[in-house]
Amino acid sequence: MRQMTFAGGVHPPDQKQATAHKPIEDCPLPAEYVVPMAQHIGAPANPCVAVGDRVLKGQVIGEARGFVSVPVHAPTSGEVTAVEARPHPAGSSLPAVVIRADDEDRWQERPAVEDLAALEAEDIIDLIRRAGVVGLGGATFPAHVKLSPPPEKPIDTVILNGVECEPYLTADHRLMLEEADRLLEGVAVLQKIFASCRVVIGIEENKPDAIELLNQRCSGRDVEVVPLPVKYPQGAEKQLIKAITGREVPSGGLPMDIGVVVQNVGTTAAIADAVLRGTPLIERVCTVTGAAVREPKNLRIRIGMPVAHLVEACGGIDEDPGKIILGGPMMGIAQVDLAIPATRGTSGVLLLREQDLPLRQEGPCIRCARCVQGCPANLLPTTIAAYGRLDRMEEAEDYRALDCIECGCCSFSCPAAIPLVQTIRYAKAAIMARKRSG
Amino acid sequence: MSQQVYLSSSPHIHSGGSTTKIMRAVIYSLLPACAVAIFFFGLPALFVLLLSVLGCLVCEVVCQRLMKQPVTVSDGSAVVTGILLALNLPPSSPWWMTLLGAFFAIAIGKQIFGGLGYNLFNPALVARVILLISFPVQMTTWSKPEPLSTGLDAVSAATPLGEWKTAVMLTGRMPESLQGGTWDYLVGNMPGCVGEVSALALLAGAVYLFWRKILTWHIPLSYVASVVVLSGLFWLVDSDKYPDPVFHLVTGGLVLGAFYMATDMVTTPVSAGGMVLFGVGCGVLTVIIRLFGGYPEGVSFAILLMNAATPLIDRYVRPRTFGVARKGVLQ
Amino acid sequence: MLTAIFSLGGIGLVAAVALGLAAKRFAVEVDPRELAILEALPGANCGACGYPGCAGYAKALVAGEIDANQCPPGGAAAAAKVANILGVEVAIREPEVAVVLCQGDNETASNRYRYLGLTDCVAAQKLAGGPKVCPGGCLGLGTCARICPFDAIEMTPKGLAVISREKCTGCRKCISVCPRQVIRMAPLKTSVHVLCNSHDKGALVRKYCQVGCISCHICEKTVPEAYVIEQLLARVDYDNAGNAGAAVDKCPTHCIRDFVAGYPPGSSYPPAVVPVKSDAA
Repeated sequence: MRQMTFAGGVHPPDQKQATAHKPIEDCPLPAEYVVPMAQHIGAPANPCVAVGDRVLKGQVIGEARGFVSVPVHAPTSGEVTAVEARPHPAGSSLPAVVIRADDEDRWQERPAVEDLAALEAEDIIDLIRRAGVVGLGGATFPAHVKLSPPPEKPIDTVILNGVECEPYLTADHRLMLEEADRLLEGVAVLQKIFASCRVVIGIEENKPDAIELLNQRCSGRDVEVVPLPVKYPQGAEKQLIKAITGREVPSGGLPMDIGVVVQNVGTTAAIADAVLRGTPLIERVCTVTGAAVREPKNLRIRIGMPVAHLVEACGGIDEDPGKIILGGPMMGIAQVDLAIPATRGTSGVLLLREQDLPLRQEGPCIRCARCVQGCPANLLPTTIAAYGRLDRMEEAEDYRALDCIECGCCSFSCPAAIPLVQTIRYAKAAIMARKRSG
Repeated sequence: MSQQVYLSSSPHIHSGGSTTKIMRAVIYSLLPACAVAIFFFGLPALFVLLLSVLGCLVCEVVCQRLMKQPVTVSDGSAVVTGILLALNLPPSSPWWMTLLGAFFAIAIGKQIFGGLGYNLFNPALVARVILLISFPVQMTTWSKPEPLSTGLDAVSAATPLGEWKTAVMLTGRMPESLQGGTWDYLVGNMPGCVGEVSALALLAGAVYLFWRKILTWHIPLSYVASVVVLSGLFWLVDSDKYPDPVFHLVTGGLVLGAFYMATDMVTTPVSAGGMVLFGVGCGVLTVIIRLFGGYPEGVSFAILLMNAATPLIDRYVRPRTFGVARKGVLQ
Repeated sequence: MLTAIFSLGGIGLVAAVALGLAAKRFAVEVDPRELAILEALPGANCGACGYPGCAGYAKALVAGEIDANQCPPGGAAAAAKVANILGVEVAIREPEVAVVLCQGDNETASNRYRYLGLTDCVAAQKLAGGPKVCPGGCLGLGTCARICPFDAIEMTPKGLAVISREKCTGCRKCISVCPRQVIRMAPLKTSVHVLCNSHDKGALVRKYCQVGCISCHICEKTVPEAYVIEQLLARVDYDNAGNAGAAVDKCPTHCIRDFVAGYPPGSSYPPAVVPVKSDAA
């Protein structure tokens, strides 16, 4: 009996106890929203409003550019006060549309769809694209692209990713518990696109209540619920596919190459809203937590809300945070301050205290191979990093640096506190730059 | 916010492990073997242990100061080398030989390569082999165990392997005196180096290291298995002449070698397949040297030879990358 | 005994003959001028000429692909020798050195965050644009110092890169790695530089750096021909810098420095020596 897991991986402390039992709360609305045009993988949207324009909630304020791109919508009704570069979670200043909210919070008209069966797959995918649905697991890949595999790549398995393997984050967990209806509507939509596919919801065993609930709700619906052993990064797409189907996504390839499509449970719920209710993606669930936050919560937030506002909604901070992280602690991006907006990809805001931070000095590599044991891609991180440091990028590429998924298992395990992920990222960037320049 | 935040690349949490913690765990795991050694060989053994550890510590500080490098003795690696070196010396080692050994181990076996993590060979074994070749008499003067003795005039005796080699060369047969001594060998009641004698104490320490996940099964298991298989083959062919596999396992520092010396992280391959290959190589070489080589004891040389092969093993034996079809282990 | 002598002697003889034949048979035809040029070049293999190593440059010279004055480390001396070997004329290029246009170290310039990770400027720059508030200032993590083939760059104890005018050969390797473009080339004959790389408004610069240029124009008013203010940043016009030194004491933030008087604080280099007019071979 094949074990439902993958090789490698680590076991960081769960840290979900602060918010796992807290129902989702609506975040109070701020006075101003800063909506970045780049909230997804692919070409950023082009602003299509000007200063002084009045916009309605859900109105398109940024048009998609090209196929791998999605439109961006206004998170509330109000007046556009600026269209300019603003600080972005990615680390630089990028174009954004700033909206001063009026008190009405009025929706633009949203056409509802009565009969899902009447829609063709193409129409469904178009609705998804126009709603700006992107992967809410953190990668923010445009959903309509994922759901449009070419005909020569038939799909036989659809996996819903309810794993949420990052420590601290509980947004998907609460969504599965409280909004199972939306989730299952989304599953129905996916089943319409990919007829006669095996549909599986993967959930880590540390969420027994969600597993039980979905098991009940899914009986008779042709949807399997598969509990998975708790190990980071079980929620990484390739590792999830391996655990559930035993297949490996080929190096340099995509899940569709082996007949699989994976969607985060939050994305699936957003798909339901987009297709059945004409609702664009302007809100999501986000876990605001960490020892520096007074009242950690699972908030329903809207894109463009200042992160400082989210933290205020959680009682503010007791002390200055040692680190501000957007996302989870293993793959999230550290921020310089709270003056950045939340985006479609903001699954978590993590404020760690200085005393919780690993602040050790780097030491020499003792070749203990813990990084090798932990790597879910079966690489030799210590060797890749060693070559990367010496600027020997050809050898680094030969040791398959480009297959690294940057999950952080290696740096997490390294007793010498070597910045392995940073070094391998550096090597990957150098290798890609060399490839581009020929 | 008044205080600046920290920024780093992901990940932002850490397992909590450190090089110092690993070294400390290894030191703890060696304490039972040290205790047994002092029990059987008395004060001389304690003397060798202390001198070796102190010698290694002082040598490392001096070397690092001379090379204008930061002094890193607090990571505990010099202490580990000191204990392992002491366990590899005869209990009657003269003080000057112990100190020379410490010098060879740290200065030549470790610091000239660049310090911790950069050495090619196991430092304690480098020192042992240099001493063995330079001072063959002192390095092969063994004492019969005198439990809880304090005197320095222990009774000289040959190790079991030495006895066998001499006997086989003279008579072509296994001597009777060596038959049936397995329990004594296991517990440590036999002549030999300070640490090689008590297989039980060493195994207890190894179990602790397995539990702490500092030791993995790859090298010890493949080393021991290949010794058993190869020596077993010879024993089956001619059991009058060749000792049985159990004899091989409990004598000559095989347990010390397979669980502590061959598993030194710095000088062994990083991939699982590489480690297994390393262990098998050590096992085969150990048996061949013991049975047919000029020395009765093969563990030290076998491990050093395989240390030399480690970069080659690392170059060619790589794990199969996720998403890449297997075309055989070697690339 | 005799067999030993004969056998070893025989092996030696065979080996000698074999090596001799191989040396003749497999000899590589090399233009002797290439070897002579290689002798004349500094041999640093820095790549400033654009060719792979000094051997590559020598080959290109003999092939006539390139002028004989393209080796900055070799300078006028090597150029003259090479020209001699090739029998051509060569124009003497003005020697240049690299200068780090910044004086903001840990004490004088402020940071936006505390950086943890690889001690490398390129890596640090990737994290939200680098730990320094100043968008153009030196990050002080030593990437340039590590890559300099001539050991001409030091990192001061407070985290600032300083380049020695005596040791710098103008190979430009440091410029190619610096993620902030804070290193620029300047003629060796000029020792006065405006050590700032920030185009921000003066009031803003004051907030994050004690020694930054606030574009107050005092230097320009003092020596109009030697200073140019472009986009809120002063710089020395190296073609007319004869009197530039007069403005050094007038600058309110002390960001103009004459290296003859001394390098930036923290540097271990002795004060620079202004070179004699004619370049001696």
